[in-house]
Amino acid sequence: MKIRVKINGVTREDDVEPRLLLVHYLRELAGLTGTHIGCETSICGACTVLMNGAAVKSCTVLAVQADGSEITTIEGLSGRNGQLHPLQQGFWEEHGLQCGYCTPGMILAAHQLLSRNPHPSRAEIRKALEGNLCRCTGYQHIVKAVEWAAEKVRAQAEHA
Amino acid sequence: MSSKLLGERIKRKEDPRLIQGRSHYVDDIQLCGMLYLAFVRSPHAHAEIKAIHSEAAQKMPGVLAVYTGADLEGRLGLIPCAAGMEGLKVPPHPCLALRRVRYVGEPVAVVVASGRYQAVDAAAQVEVDYEPLPAITDLDKAVSSDSPVIHESLGDNIAFVAKLEGGDWKAVESDASLKVIRQRLVNQRLAPLSMETRGVVASYSPGEDTLTVWSSTQIPHLLKTQLAVMTGMDEARVRVIAPEVGGAFGSKLNVYAEEGVACFVSRQFGKPVKWIESRRENLMATIHGRDQIDDLEIYFRPDGKVMGLKCHILANLGAYHQLLTPAIPTLTALMILGCYNIPAVFVETKGVFTNTMSTDAYRGAGRPEATYIIERVMDMVARELNLDPVEVRLKNFPPPGKDIVLATGVSYDTANYQKTLKKVLTLSGYKKLRREQARLRKKGKYLGIGLSTYVEICAMGPSSRMPAGGWESGTVRVEPTGKVTVLSGTSPHGQGEETSFAQIVAEELGVPYDDVTVYHGDTNQVPMGIGTFGSRTTAVGGTAIYHAAQRIKKKMARLAAVKLGAKPSELVFRDGKIETEDGSKSVKFGEVVGEAYFAKQLPPGLAPGLVENYVFEPPNYTYPFGAHVAVVEIDNETGEVNLRNYFAVDDCGRILNPMLVDGQIHGGLAQGIGQALWEEHVYDENGQLLTGTLMDCAAPRAHQFCWFETANTETRTPVNPLGVKGVGEAGTIGSTPAIVNAVMDALRPLGVRHIDMPLKPEKIWQVLRGGSPQVV
Ligand code: FES
Ligand code: FES
Repeated sequence: MKIRVKINGVTREDDVEPRLLLVHYLRELAGLTGTHIGCETSICGACTVLMNGAAVKSCTVLAVQADGSEITTIEGLSGRNGQLHPLQQGFWEEHGLQCGYCTPGMILAAHQLLSRNPHPSRAEIRKALEGNLCRCTGYQHIVKAVEWAAEKVRAQAEHA
Repeated sequence: MSSKLLGERIKRKEDPRLIQGRSHYVDDIQLCGMLYLAFVRSPHAHAEIKAIHSEAAQKMPGVLAVYTGADLEGRLGLIPCAAGMEGLKVPPHPCLALRRVRYVGEPVAVVVASGRYQAVDAAAQVEVDYEPLPAITDLDKAVSSDSPVIHESLGDNIAFVAKLEGGDWKAVESDASLKVIRQRLVNQRLAPLSMETRGVVASYSPGEDTLTVWSSTQIPHLLKTQLAVMTGMDEARVRVIAPEVGGAFGSKLNVYAEEGVACFVSRQFGKPVKWIESRRENLMATIHGRDQIDDLEIYFRPDGKVMGLKCHILANLGAYHQLLTPAIPTLTALMILGCYNIPAVFVETKGVFTNTMSTDAYRGAGRPEATYIIERVMDMVARELNLDPVEVRLKNFPPPGKDIVLATGVSYDTANYQKTLKKVLTLSGYKKLRREQARLRKKGKYLGIGLSTYVEICAMGPSSRMPAGGWESGTVRVEPTGKVTVLSGTSPHGQGEETSFAQIVAEELGVPYDDVTVYHGDTNQVPMGIGTFGSRTTAVGGTAIYHAAQRIKKKMARLAAVKLGAKPSELVFRDGKIETEDGSKSVKFGEVVGEAYFAKQLPPGLAPGLVENYVFEPPNYTYPFGAHVAVVEIDNETGEVNLRNYFAVDDCGRILNPMLVDGQIHGGLAQGIGQALWEEHVYDENGQLLTGTLMDCAAPRAHQFCWFETANTETRTPVNPLGVKGVGEAGTIGSTPAIVNAVMDALRPLGVRHIDMPLKPEKIWQVLRGGSPQVV
């Protein structure tokens, strides 16, 4: 089947098997391997990407379902000039990652949270990341990373 | 300019590539003409293989071959076990099952296809005729004389019996004033659950006759040797690369069937081959952790002093030995006395085969079991005598600063258990908590305060006591431009040593931190090393690098001395210069580097270039320790345990980067708490895995944890010049008993001495309603 998807601002057209998972489409056809696979069953969140701005688990979306949509992956989050997104920076500042495998999914899930709630409490952050497993960090530093980013986003908004 | 780097919170060098999704894990490696593997696995825990029908699968689109155990016999070596102990029974462990399967998930055949989906589709079409045999999963039954035998040639299901005995048992047993507690503790099976599953890419080039293997592994060097042996290739023609590895926790400290098979298939076709483990496979066929039954007898005085500890350990090894399977429970025996001076000990460990996946190293590997035993012992004694658990611990600690040899024969390096305990009591407001508890109890509410004062063994370790060498290599190479390359034989996978190693070298050489780049994990790039496990990477691998840096300094100081007309011993390395202490004579670092490479006026006996390798053999293990306090509330209605506070004071020796140490502690706490409250990996009596998804085995999520309050004391170890002990496993080891002690403390008014982990609401709910088979 023919699909047309805008990924990180670039539109591409592909002919795909109907059963091809979005995550495999992104990784293998679009060559964007920053999106990871941890379970293929919608449990771990490692494959989280933004589809039309909403966080989805790309292992449980078919590539054909993404036809006509806009997808943002971790590779598309930094600014044009390579500037890190506040969330990326927050994870770096606050040691929000160790092995880094869950990180792209965590960052994109947090992205959705901050777009809906610029002032999340710690409990709200934990709740928002409920669908994303991390086995390395114990989560607290991830919570701090998201707090760091929230503050930065607010500061940027005030500045603008 | 270099500033003081060691001990500072320095952001990680690893992160920029990881937070932008620009790194490469195994599955991100794509090679031209790549073939894919899918394994056919046993649905039975124990069965004879009668026939394998692969004709239909062979005809499916994209399928190139199907191999079975018979096809590999004599052509691909067995899966190795490195643990050697007296009388150990080692069953043959082929990469694909031969004639019999012995656990659910055991690989039986492999499909080779040109596409990932094609391989999986075809594997589903391979039909295997099995004749099921009775499965053995229960440890008590497995050791009974009438049990069916899993490996018939071995006679019974007992792989080994090990005894550790010390002290004067006659005196203990004849002392009528001693009280005795008998208790069985079950340390349940767990899945390590790294977020990246296992995976391997093997690429054989027939022209060059070389085999390159990318594997998600903690031990690229050991794996290279083993894959050479298994495939029969000249080791010099095998290269193993551990690319970015998405967590491991001990589960990738191994040599697995799929790695061997991928190499075999790649050699058959002369093409690159990829296999990526599914999560389901990961839960079935990647090693599991823990799984022990510990039967205890505790002899203690009425004042709380413990005089003797007996323990009979039944350790579930699974159906075969993986790399270190039988060695893991022996660490439990070794560390069973914890940080207490208990004069008599007796431990009998039986390693038992069952129809389950092998157990092996999972974060802590044998030591969490020991700590759980001894820390539960302290609390049970306190409860029996109606003493505060703090008091009982203080009574049993050895005096601070004194070197003692425990009844187990173990002697620890520097420690001060009193100090960490005192610190955590202050941090947690222990006395206040006890008052709050008393108030709440009057209202019928259950608040629990749990303590754990652990010691662990790490920085593995002296080669004399390790199965396959315990040394580590480190190389420092100053490039002609003055930039510095560091090569380590370790293989970190999230711990952050690219950062801490760079801190060590930048500080020693007085060069900017950004000028130092650390590489590891590629056997063609890095001199032979051992790997990352047993909290050894910084303490052993970092020390090797430190020494290599000293050798570089020695050479550069000689060169600089000639230039400056000073003595080499007068010179210091700082701020990109080599100079006398007062700065009066100074030369730029880069200038001396140039001298070393251009080699125009080298002092006699000095070879050109600036590359030094050092192999560090640690004289001993190190013994980090700490004290944790957990505070829990029990929901009277649901039986749910709410984790209210967690306080951890850990002493891992000198701290090189507090941020990294904190990260290790946090991650460790999450896993240790996970075991206490939620996680378990369960087989039923037929050997079927009941917890086959991430959901079922209850991997903990962000909202389940409270805020962790962590602090440290720093007692440097004399075992290495850096003074670091290691911290990778401490959090896991210390936290599990603190939580269980807290829950049992909460339930104290109900007269319950012990409930086995995980302390799920259904168990607690039963107890709250006045009874359960679990209640002792
Ligand atoms: S891979 Fe999609 S949720 Fe785990
Ligand atoms: S950083 Fe390793 S799983 Fe989250």
